[in-house]
Amino acid sequence: MILTFPIMVIKVNSYEGVVLWRWKNLMWIGIGTFFLSWLWRFLLDRKENGPGESKPDADRDGKFSLRKALGERKVKIPTLAVLAILVLAFPFMVKFYQVGIMTSALMFVILGLGLNIVIGYGGLLHLGYAAFYAMGAYTYGLMYLYWGLPFWAALPLGAVSGAVFGIVIGVPVLRLRGDYLAIVTLAFGEISRLLLENMSGFTKGPEGIAQIPRPGFFVKLSLQGATTYLFYICIVLVLFAIFVIRRLEDSRIGRALEAMKEDDIAAQSMGIDLAKTKLITFALGAVWAGMVGVVLAAKTTYINPGSFTLMESVMILVAVVLGGTGSIPGVILGAFLVTLIPEYFRALADYRMLMFGVALVVMSIFRPQGIIPRVRKRYLVGEDKS
Amino acid sequence: MSRTILDINDFSMVFGGLRAVDHVDMHIDEGEIVALIGPNGAGKTTLFNCVTGVYTPSEGNITVAGPNSEIIRTNGKKPNKITELGLARTFQNIRLFSSMTALENVMIGRHPKLKAGIFGAIFRDKKTRDEEERVIVDSLKILKKLNLAKYANEPASSLPYGAQRRLEIARAMATEPKLLLLDEPAAGMNPQETKELDDTIKRIRDEEGLTILLIEHDMSLVMSLSERIYVLDYGKLIAEGSPDVVKADPAVIKAYLGE
Repeated sequence: MILTFPIMVIKVNSYEGVVLWRWKNLMWIGIGTFFLSWLWRFLLDRKENGPGESKPDADRDGKFSLRKALGERKVKIPTLAVLAILVLAFPFMVKFYQVGIMTSALMFVILGLGLNIVIGYGGLLHLGYAAFYAMGAYTYGLMYLYWGLPFWAALPLGAVSGAVFGIVIGVPVLRLRGDYLAIVTLAFGEISRLLLENMSGFTKGPEGIAQIPRPGFFVKLSLQGATTYLFYICIVLVLFAIFVIRRLEDSRIGRALEAMKEDDIAAQSMGIDLAKTKLITFALGAVWAGMVGVVLAAKTTYINPGSFTLMESVMILVAVVLGGTGSIPGVILGAFLVTLIPEYFRALADYRMLMFGVALVVMSIFRPQGIIPRVRKRYLVGEDKS
Repeated sequence: MSRTILDINDFSMVFGGLRAVDHVDMHIDEGEIVALIGPNGAGKTTLFNCVTGVYTPSEGNITVAGPNSEIIRTNGKKPNKITELGLARTFQNIRLFSSMTALENVMIGRHPKLKAGIFGAIFRDKKTRDEEERVIVDSLKILKKLNLAKYANEPASSLPYGAQRRLEIARAMATEPKLLLLDEPAAGMNPQETKELDDTIKRIRDEEGLTILLIEHDMSLVMSLSERIYVLDYGKLIAEGSPDVVKADPAVIKAYLGE
């Protein structure tokens, strides 16, 4: 209350030269903090005592669990089918504007999934992810500008340049971990943005590259058609990303990444080449950002370095952490939350950073594993197999 | 006389002004169980870390017998390269991959023996699938050998303490080492668990034809297991020989009990 006193209570009307004392605000803050702290205590209490009691119950009583239900074939297939139809029909059911928003959300999903490889599996805190994203966008932008390269050629090239850039950034930070890695990657993100801004001769600097073509579907599409088309491209990319990441997760490479995250010295002692694994992590993460970058360039038809600020990296990070690091459904949900909430609650848009900040603090205390935590694969073990 | 597997020659490790290990000579022959003992801070774990490549030795040579009995100098090699040469270790303070299951921990140990790359993982071709299948089967076998099969799908951190220690050994064995380095495998175990560990170590030595170097403070375990003992004190080697010889050595008694 004391801290907020100067801004909330005192209002100086400089025009009339009088000071307004808004005591009512003080009361509201008092009541607010009282209830919030009460809620806080209650949640902390529940956190300490809760899991011990509630968890076994849920398992034993066969309480309805969404996860269990979705695991069963009978439920799973119709659910997926309905979902697929909804997704396919989406552009025809809603306004054109909504399709655009949804495409951005899907792009964010892919970015989240990509960053999730680096953070969720590899355990490398990367705060310059937007640099990879920019790399993809500029690959398309510049190649179009100089050579007139079409979208479909730029998409794989964007992925490749993302990966290459990932490795290039990866090499100098090989020896770093934890906070130091975070700081250096943050700096790299900013450096690459500044480079794009200042190499005006080559990248056109802050004014950016304009009139990048949208992808055509055999013929040149209208604005509406192209947006719908991009929506479907994004859907396919999301599915592709999920497919690839799920397969990586349960593979030798995936295990190596995770071992590195858990304990790098032990991992190295088990014969894992840390340098190689870190580079693979960066490259695998950057591939997706590179692709999304190309899509972004095609969607907005205009790119400038201003779209790839630290804020962008942070938002992706928030999506990953909020949804659940290492969990694919979690990250997808997180990405939707982070993009759609500010879109649909425009009134709150100004406070979104505050909201995400509060959400992150609350999450890290009460549910550090994220909204949908990762489920570990169980291997069939038993007498039947061996 | 069997061949020497690990040879440490005039080896020192210096941290700033501190000589943690001072001109030590050691050798380990194939099939032996050798113990390295000494009071706290004597430099045992430092020596381990140098042998396994976590630190680079300041002076001297560490050589390992290669696959074709050639002699390979390991100073300055990365830990993963040394593991590939057939050395595997456990850690004094358990360093399992705690959120991964016991089986996955052992599967990590198989890592250097496998080949599947990124594209193998994505396309999941027949070779990769077969390899995965084999890893799971092999890893389970190793778990069974150490009586850990029932924990296969449990996260490593939820295992009982003794089982975690055994899992570290299982993980190290998964790399198919010639020389297994155990850093205080019995630390924190009760007498019953220590007894079981004693049997387990002997059994895996005989079954797998392993050579074992262990650091241990539990003297009953050291005396019952090891064929030769090296004693370190303040970085210097003060005694070596069979358990009986070392037990009677006045320098050793002095190091442990004082004047």
